[in-house]
Amino acid sequence: MAILDVKDIRKRFGSTEVLKGISFSLERGQVLSLIGSSGSGKTTLLRCLNFLETPDTGSVAVNGEVIFDAAEHAALKEAEIRRRRLHFGLVFQSFNLFPQYTALENVTLAGRLLMKEEPDYRTRKKELTAQLEERARALLVRMGLADRMENYPHQLSGGQQQRVAIARAMALQPDILCFDEPTSALDPELTHEVLRVLRSLAEEHTTMIIVTHEMAFARDVSSRVIFMDDGQVVEDGPPEQVLGAPVQERTRRFLESYRQ
Amino acid sequence: MNLMLQQFPVVFQALNVGFLQTLKLFLVTGLGAIPLGLVIAFGSMSRFKPLSALTRLVIWVVRGTPLMIQLLIIYYFPGIELHNNWWGGGESGRFLASSIAFIFNYACYFSEIYRGGIQSIPKGQQEAGLVLGMTRGQIFYKVTLLQVIKRIVPPMSNEIITLVKDTALARIIALQEIIWAGQSFMRGSHGISGAIWPLFFTAVYYLLFNGVVTLALGQLEKRLDYFR
Repeated sequence: MAILDVKDIRKRFGSTEVLKGISFSLERGQVLSLIGSSGSGKTTLLRCLNFLETPDTGSVAVNGEVIFDAAEHAALKEAEIRRRRLHFGLVFQSFNLFPQYTALENVTLAGRLLMKEEPDYRTRKKELTAQLEERARALLVRMGLADRMENYPHQLSGGQQQRVAIARAMALQPDILCFDEPTSALDPELTHEVLRVLRSLAEEHTTMIIVTHEMAFARDVSSRVIFMDDGQVVEDGPPEQVLGAPVQERTRRFLESYRQ
Repeated sequence: MNLMLQQFPVVFQALNVGFLQTLKLFLVTGLGAIPLGLVIAFGSMSRFKPLSALTRLVIWVVRGTPLMIQLLIIYYFPGIELHNNWWGGGESGRFLASSIAFIFNYACYFSEIYRGGIQSIPKGQQEAGLVLGMTRGQIFYKVTLLQVIKRIVPPMSNEIITLVKDTALARIIALQEIIWAGQSFMRGSHGISGAIWPLFFTAVYYLLFNGVVTLALGQLEKRLDYFR
């Protein structure tokens, strides 16, 4: 069964239709790169999956459970939306770390707040907190930030901040990890260290959707590439096909602009 | 000069009593207007249009008219026009009316500072909280609030220093604050009359107290310096 099933997502802002019926599905462990020029709707699609935008039509199912259905969404309670959105993690282009918290606190904050909703929170507070911290530390170590845990965001480089953000998104163990142009705000050297982390996550079969302009990286790391243009999926397939031997004329033209 | 030295102990004591009333008005206004300002700020940012329009109208009127006139209206209107002095007589009535006028007036100014501070926080902070499953309340208290406080300390310091001096306006309804106490030696009080130096001397109180306020707010600014 597919881990993710997206059906006929449409989204309009005012009079412009940004997504014109997007459908695709994703298998567990797949790494999907979303490519396309600016304004093609990639970021909007990612934001729809994370409930930062509400699609006008369509549905999203994770592991067979419908987590979004445009027809019933308005009736949902906030608590239910919060629970459902945790199937996804999102890493932003501009990191969006919380400046007043250390790297470690950034990773643990949401978990700490969610913990309070556990029925046995009062009696197990210490134990739960310890588990949470241990997991957060392990994640930061995996991100190569063992000696940066107590630093505040402004004391970290862009690449380090983005790696903290990745750890923060992973802390709640989402089924699917989304990245919105994770390296666009970084210079080439720092880009490299973030891509290295993404590659290692791919090798561990983390299910990921990555909006990216790094074609070499997309070819190398993804198991699947979707090329979007004008709010539609133009081409969908393995990287060798979409990036190596595209069938569609529009894909070819897009890729040529990268070679020049 | 000699005369001044002779008068000083008596004047000093009277001014201290007046300053206590000034200080009380300052503290009550601060304690009332700082939270009330937040309520007004949320009102003016409300997505419910009638509420935000009404709130902005009130802010416009309160900021657009002199505090002195607001004091006069609030204190005298009930007694003279409604024939029912809600405030009660005497100094406690004057203090109550002054407090209401000051709290409301300053809350309107504070609300605009809060609104600016809240709106200056990048949207990405809220979005990051949302995708991590936080509630809007948690995002406000755990993520946004401290960042807002950090940004509004400098403009709030300005307003708070102005408030220290604005308390003198309560003199217009004869609240016995320090200006009133200083002036009383001109017409005659405690056996001293025709002395204007006590009125001038009240400036020293304001200056020293604002020194303390400036230091305290500077400390707060420093304590929030650990993040950017």
